Amino acid sequence: MLQRTSYLTKNYGKPEGWTLPVYEATGGYAQAKRVLTSMTKEQVIDEAKKANVRGRGGAGFPMGMKWSFMRPHATKPSYLVLNADEGEPGTHKDRTIMELNPHSVVEGCLIGCYAIGAHVAYIYVRDELHLSKARLSAAIDEAKKKGYVGATPFGADYAIEIYVHTGAGAYICGEETALLNSLEGKRGEPRLKPPFPAQVGAFGCPTTVNNLETIAIVPTVLELGGEAFSKLSALHSFNDGGVRLYGINGHVKNPGVVELACGPTLNELIHEFGGGVLGDRKVMCVIPGGSSTPVLLPHETIDAPDASSPMHAYHGKSVFDVPLGVDTARAMGTMLGTCCVTVLAEGTCPVLAMHNLMQFYRHESCGQCTPCREGGAWLLRTVEKILDGHGTIADVDNLSDIASNMMGNTICAFGEGTAMPALGFIRKFRPVFEAYVRGERTRADARLTVA
Amino acid sequence: MPFRLSDERERELEAILSRYPTRMAALIPALHLIQDQEGWISDEVIGWVSQRLDVPPAHIKGVVTFYSLFNQHPVGKHQVWVCRTLPCALRGAGDVLAQCEKILGVHAGETTPNGNVTLRTAECLASCGTAPMMQINKEYHENLTPEKIDRLLTKLMES
Ligand SMILES: Cc1cc2nc3c(=O)[nH]c(=O)nc-3n(C[C@H](O)[C@H](O)[C@H](O)COP(=O)(O)O)c2cc1C
Ligand code: SF4
Ligand code: FES
Repeated sequence: MLQRTSYLTKNYGKPEGWTLPVYEATGGYAQAKRVLTSMTKEQVIDEAKKANVRGRGGAGFPMGMKWSFMRPHATKPSYLVLNADEGEPGTHKDRTIMELNPHSVVEGCLIGCYAIGAHVAYIYVRDELHLSKARLSAAIDEAKKKGYVGATPFGADYAIEIYVHTGAGAYICGEETALLNSLEGKRGEPRLKPPFPAQVGAFGCPTTVNNLETIAIVPTVLELGGEAFSKLSALHSFNDGGVRLYGINGHVKNPGVVELACGPTLNELIHEFGGGVLGDRKVMCVIPGGSSTPVLLPHETIDAPDASSPMHAYHGKSVFDVPLGVDTARAMGTMLGTCCVTVLAEGTCPVLAMHNLMQFYRHESCGQCTPCREGGAWLLRTVEKILDGHGTIADVDNLSDIASNMMGNTICAFGEGTAMPALGFIRKFRPVFEAYVRGERTRADARLTVA
Repeated sequence: MPFRLSDERERELEAILSRYPTRMAALIPALHLIQDQEGWISDEVIGWVSQRLDVPPAHIKGVVTFYSLFNQHPVGKHQVWVCRTLPCALRGAGDVLAQCEKILGVHAGETTPNGNVTLRTAECLASCGTAPMMQINKEYHENLTPEKIDRLLTKLMES
């Protein structure tokens, strides 16, 4: 059974639900006020740690721990930077917060800045999201007029300014160090790590980069208390706490975004929230959390015979019936990613799907590393050749080799983000690739849509 | 006529500059501001921005060529982007693009002969839950149907 919650979404769909009066009528800004006027930053970080908020941007890093890495610098200021680049194909959740609940972002920034010792927060929004930027800017203005943002928020002697910054159409700027370069007015090329942003971030200063949803849920963490928040999740014991937004798209009857306690199963998401598969077909596969996460097939099961394994309780179960979380997804051989699931129905062509994604990665590589720049192009050319009926079995093997050689050999995780989904398609649908080679399938008959 | 930023946009640029510890950080917002006025980023504009922000022209050129939303050449009066990425493709983005090409009489990447509309494809625009979709100028149009596309583009061709 899906465990629906409505901490972030309670004002979604209300008239003027994105304005300050509506936000305050449902308890908004009470937590920022409490934090800024009565708590120490250590107390705030402690609640954040107990809440077990795993970063909502894709990598699932614990938010409280990231905050605790921030050390005040003798001469340099610190910054909070929100990642609202939302460009990972299949991801459509942050946008709903910016459009429908922007004050949760503003309140989260106030608390986050205070906790990490920053006086300025930049919200990096991809340029195309014009409504999101307008709603965020309006929310910041409303909060400034009330005195919540500015020189003395809620009367506290702790100045905080929040600015919306915009990108210019480059997926790679979602990678946190590329984002920082872009914020500084440079090409969005990822930086070598270390140093990490907590040491050398925006403008050479200590910086925390968090996904927009990670920060938007912070007022809820303070409202409930860290531990109570964490326990809302089915995966509390995996230190994967609380509630978050889930999206579903592709071949389901009711695509959309929903807030749930962490740990729904894929079957619950597809059938209970998504209304089942278009045309009542079976599921061929899902991309569980954005295009960089490898596909899962319904017949795959969890293999954890060892009784001491944290996954043992799910041993032998279908991956579609196991609570989806940061660590459980890893045990399924994929990644949780952004929690937005793309469903592909039976009858669609996995080779064409991979081809579509390889076009994306070919287009978006920043080009700094040879394995990524050349590997991505080569993967695309090779799938194209196979689709067009000119491929050989050696080409299919070659796809695996190219992708494997990209892993771990690049400056940023974009390289893996290209290679992992490619490997997923090749390994799990190898007979289909071979059918193209043998001429049993042709591009003319291949479909991505469900008629 | 030499390039000049409108008074309103000049004020906006001053506000932008006040937000950052460096002038370079204002570069991308400034380029957007200028492109909103001019439609594209010419060499003359790059020279102007270089003076105004104290950033070398080569750096600005590097930025303009890196980001896909900066136009390096004049474009049509209206911009149409059809999302082509997988989640949209699963819900008919291919047909959407074909219909747009047919109505406008151009291929993706081209501008209509009357200079009204430039048609392009886009990568995932964070609307996969309301696919298929396209962006026209600054607005998203989601859950597209052939009727909706027809209506939107016909209006655009005439305006
Ligand atoms: C290629 C690439 C693209 C990314 N895109 C995004 C994005 O659009 N939004 C986001 O929040 N994180 C994105 N990330 C993850 C960020 O680098 C970073 O981990 C995240 O913003 C940290 O926030 P969190 O800890 O709150 O999740 C991307 C990472 C990579 C490698
Ligand atoms: S892995 Fe790709 S995107 Fe990342 S820095 Fe290297 S070339 Fe750029
Ligand atoms: S794939 Fe089109 S909006 Fe995401």
